[in-house]
Amino acid sequence: MLGTSVTWGDITFMMTGAGLTLAITFWAMLGGTLAGVVFGLIRAQSPWYVNYSMGTVLDVLRSVPLLIQFILFNSFQSILGWGMNPFVVGCVVLAAYTSAFCTEIVRGGILAVPITTRRAARSLGMNYWQDMTYIVLPLGTRVMLPSWIGLTLGVMKDTALVYAIGVIELLRSSQIIITRKPHEALVILAIAGLIYFLVSFPVSRLGAHLEKKWREND
Amino acid sequence: MIEIENVRKSFGNLEVIKGVSMNVARGEVVSVIGGSGSGKSTMLMCINGLEPIDSGRILVDGVEVHAKGTDLNKLRTNIGIVFQQWNAFPHLTVLENTTLALRKVLGKSRAEADEIAIKQLEHVGLGDKLKVYPSKLSGGQQQRMAIARALSMSPKYMLFDEVTSALDPQLVGEVLDTMRLLASEGMTMIVVTHEMAFAREVSNRVAFFKDGLIHEIGSPKQIFETPERPETAAFLKSVL
Repeated sequence: MLGTSVTWGDITFMMTGAGLTLAITFWAMLGGTLAGVVFGLIRAQSPWYVNYSMGTVLDVLRSVPLLIQFILFNSFQSILGWGMNPFVVGCVVLAAYTSAFCTEIVRGGILAVPITTRRAARSLGMNYWQDMTYIVLPLGTRVMLPSWIGLTLGVMKDTALVYAIGVIELLRSSQIIITRKPHEALVILAIAGLIYFLVSFPVSRLGAHLEKKWREND
Repeated sequence: MIEIENVRKSFGNLEVIKGVSMNVARGEVVSVIGGSGSGKSTMLMCINGLEPIDSGRILVDGVEVHAKGTDLNKLRTNIGIVFQQWNAFPHLTVLENTTLALRKVLGKSRAEADEIAIKQLEHVGLGDKLKVYPSKLSGGQQQRMAIARALSMSPKYMLFDEVTSALDPQLVGEVLDTMRLLASEGMTMIVVTHEMAFAREVSNRVAFFKDGLIHEIGSPKQIFETPERPETAAFLKSVL
């Protein structure tokens, strides 16, 4: 194929890796976003001591390199005999890492909704949760979306680090092929890059589309 | 009836309301005039519990607003408020802005809510803007939408907080007309305003606020023609 020794078998192997990359991204974003919304809501209105202690934990998650988090968590869970498989470990660690970033995105989005708009909602008899559900989160989402899309794309690339705990995702599968066919390294990396791009592109287009749609009403 | 009894309220070290008492009977229109920072707007926020108070009490139809256990959300459905910065919900159409609380707070069906909202929107002259987003409306139209949104909850009282202050001069008239209409229909209203002609024409009583106190309250004729307090006279002289 393409005058190279890269075979369809290699491509299939890489696609399997790409599937894992997507699966880990999906679970990490799902878990991280749900937790991020909850933590963000808490952080947006908690007294300073709650905020401070939460902020410290989230800062640790944000600042310790992901690679170290994967290896540490994997070792701990194995020492404690939890018996989690590497895929689950990857999803859990990445979800926690994502939640730390997502919390700040959500907090920023909530605080961006003017207090006067929220007062108007409350003045109509809406309770706190109605205000949150129908006013604050829809409006805040517009502020959060660009950062959230950026986070998703970042997390997708960060999944590559799960190779450290033995998960063979897209980048790792490419490296395995390269080990066997070192002279094809450039072709294989180009294919891997293309796959990353093809997956990321729709996500960023979706983000741009939503932004444009919302802006039309503003 | 709204009964305000010796209410005090501070923001930090700054006392903005220093013992205000006032009653507003059903069907009455009371205008509140006075300079900026005199505590007028804060007073309105206290009446529907958007701001807590430090002492004194406020009763609305006998219910103490700031008592523990008072269901503020329920109380607020009886007290409509319109703000200086109209505060439209920008992600919802005019109709959705007006039906949201009807459906979610009062539990009306979509059809019922639409019917009520359309009636109110037509009442304020926005019957042709139902599907439009607030960003496409002028300030005056947004303010009228805010009035319709508050009215759709069928409140017994309406509070207006300098609702024309942020509008271009040519848009002030349409909003005042809407308020005149409401007053003529017998709505109980407390109107914080800088529109002296409006206060004079529409109100049953006018209260003059200064430095967190009501210095004088009386009929428009008395306040505007024969003010008893020198502060009132000085204020009116500065604005008329």
